[in-house]
Amino acid sequence: MKKTGVLRNLSVTLMIACIGLMMLLPIVITFTNSFMTEHEIIGNYGLVGQMSLAVQGESPAFVNLKLIPDWLSFEQYGNVLLATPTYLFMLWNSVAMVVSIIAGQTVVGALAAYAFAKLRFKGREGWFRVYLLTMLMPFQVTLVPNYIIADKLRLMNTAGAIILPGIFAAFGVFMLRQFMLSIPHALVEAAQMDGAGHYRIFYRIMLPLMKPGIAALIVLLFVDYWNMVEQPLIFLEDAFKQPLSLYLSRIHKEAQGIGFAASMVYMTPMVLLFIYAESYFIEGVQMSGIKG
Amino acid sequence: MNGGRLRRRESMVAVTFLLPSAIGFALFYLIPFGMGLVYSVMDRTVGGSFVGLSNYQELISSDSFHKAASNTFWFTVVNVPLMILLSLGVALALNRNLYLRQWLRTAFVLPLVVPVASVVMVWQVLFDWNGSLNAWLHSVGLEQVDWMKSAWARGVISVFYLWKHIGYNIILFLAGLQSIPRDYYETAALEGAGRWRQWYGITLVYLTPTMVFVVLMSIMNTFKIFRETYLIAGDYPHDSIYTLQHYMNNMFLAMDVQKLSAAATLMVIGIYIIVTMLLRFEKRYTQFME
Repeated sequence: MKKTGVLRNLSVTLMIACIGLMMLLPIVITFTNSFMTEHEIIGNYGLVGQMSLAVQGESPAFVNLKLIPDWLSFEQYGNVLLATPTYLFMLWNSVAMVVSIIAGQTVVGALAAYAFAKLRFKGREGWFRVYLLTMLMPFQVTLVPNYIIADKLRLMNTAGAIILPGIFAAFGVFMLRQFMLSIPHALVEAAQMDGAGHYRIFYRIMLPLMKPGIAALIVLLFVDYWNMVEQPLIFLEDAFKQPLSLYLSRIHKEAQGIGFAASMVYMTPMVLLFIYAESYFIEGVQMSGIKG
Repeated sequence: MNGGRLRRRESMVAVTFLLPSAIGFALFYLIPFGMGLVYSVMDRTVGGSFVGLSNYQELISSDSFHKAASNTFWFTVVNVPLMILLSLGVALALNRNLYLRQWLRTAFVLPLVVPVASVVMVWQVLFDWNGSLNAWLHSVGLEQVDWMKSAWARGVISVFYLWKHIGYNIILFLAGLQSIPRDYYETAALEGAGRWRQWYGITLVYLTPTMVFVVLMSIMNTFKIFRETYLIAGDYPHDSIYTLQHYMNNMFLAMDVQKLSAAATLMVIGIYIIVTMLLRFEKRYTQFME
């Protein structure tokens, strides 16, 4: 490489690295601050949301954003995990709902995606367009009818009201269909020549090839439903049935001290899953985006 | 040959593959949407009578609907192109032989998997009236800004949106860039095409399918920003970030089913128009690729 090329590469690397560090900052702050004592957190951030106390003309006071705690303390983790049983309860709710939705949507979605990507039938494009449109619609669009249907099916205030619509959401069908389009059709034709039926082709050929697509879908669904706020807010009245995402938004206002540690416990499964599946995830996302 | 019969058999097989999805999809998405459509032209949910478009008229003359619709519209119109520019820029940079390339990519993707609720606290610490950002402004002698309770809130939510979703688009663009054969550029260079000519004659054209996909996903994600806004600012955020989803949510809480359904229908029509335009655009451009 020429000398100017090296220099240029170095400067681009530096620039991108700076932006990358800024991207990581919120995560790093959460991580390091989770090791502060309650006393230190209140001392640093107690002023958040206290605007009404600021009197005009008085010199303003600010929070004290700190990266490194004064003392390394696991106090807050202890408080989160032991002192508040609701936390573990809601963590379990989150896990149960998310796992059921992911399992269901992946299976249902993979089957439908095979039909949309590899089979010919009347109205294929039209129906797919309907799925696509539904995927883009915000949850609020069908809020009232969904409420009525959940009521009719006696799902109100049960996890079913969240899980069932989750299983049949269009996103899984869309993602996996996009992914399957990138698998050459010749594979299907060759298998057919050998006398294999579509069920066999789906199970023996497509599923193994779809691993990256499924991994990408699982990560994306995990992120989405692990985060859910709107649905449980409407469908689950009892606090002990709600997922952790709702609890966290309350905790930030009511019990600031354990906020960071609770956030860490909450984001860790997600981050670990991502690190574990990163290469599959990236391959899956990339292959889903190549064919339009 | 018996092509017709084969075709029919394939349709039957397709039905069996589609059935599980179709049943649930109809029950939880299609039928509800149809019901909403009916509610939007009735005066009551139960035992109502047909009132034509009067719900729509009422909706369109409502100030809060106007506010919500224009906020949603502008949020999407401003942020999607901004997102495309930024993510394509980073993807182009990462597509070079950078040092630490894998690590850098991971840094951009990581926010995608971090649950929103867990960084809300950091966001509050940064953008509160007494927050860090204001502390810095104050230390250089500038006035404090009430980030979340002024028009600035739009900017804050934009930053959140870009921060959260840019990684996904970068991955997609990287794949798109890597799928363009090297020799196209070599041929173009031999024929005397300059850098810019190569960029919009090859790179941009061959990125079209990726671009359409990225735009679709980005639009979907601008609607999802409601969640972030809700977590940071609650049911009634500042006017500048009050979106259609807030409006629909509040209509739901106020039991105003007619307005909610009419607003929902209008929103879906809007999304439908955007999607149709995008797919047309894609068809037109990808013709050049063959």
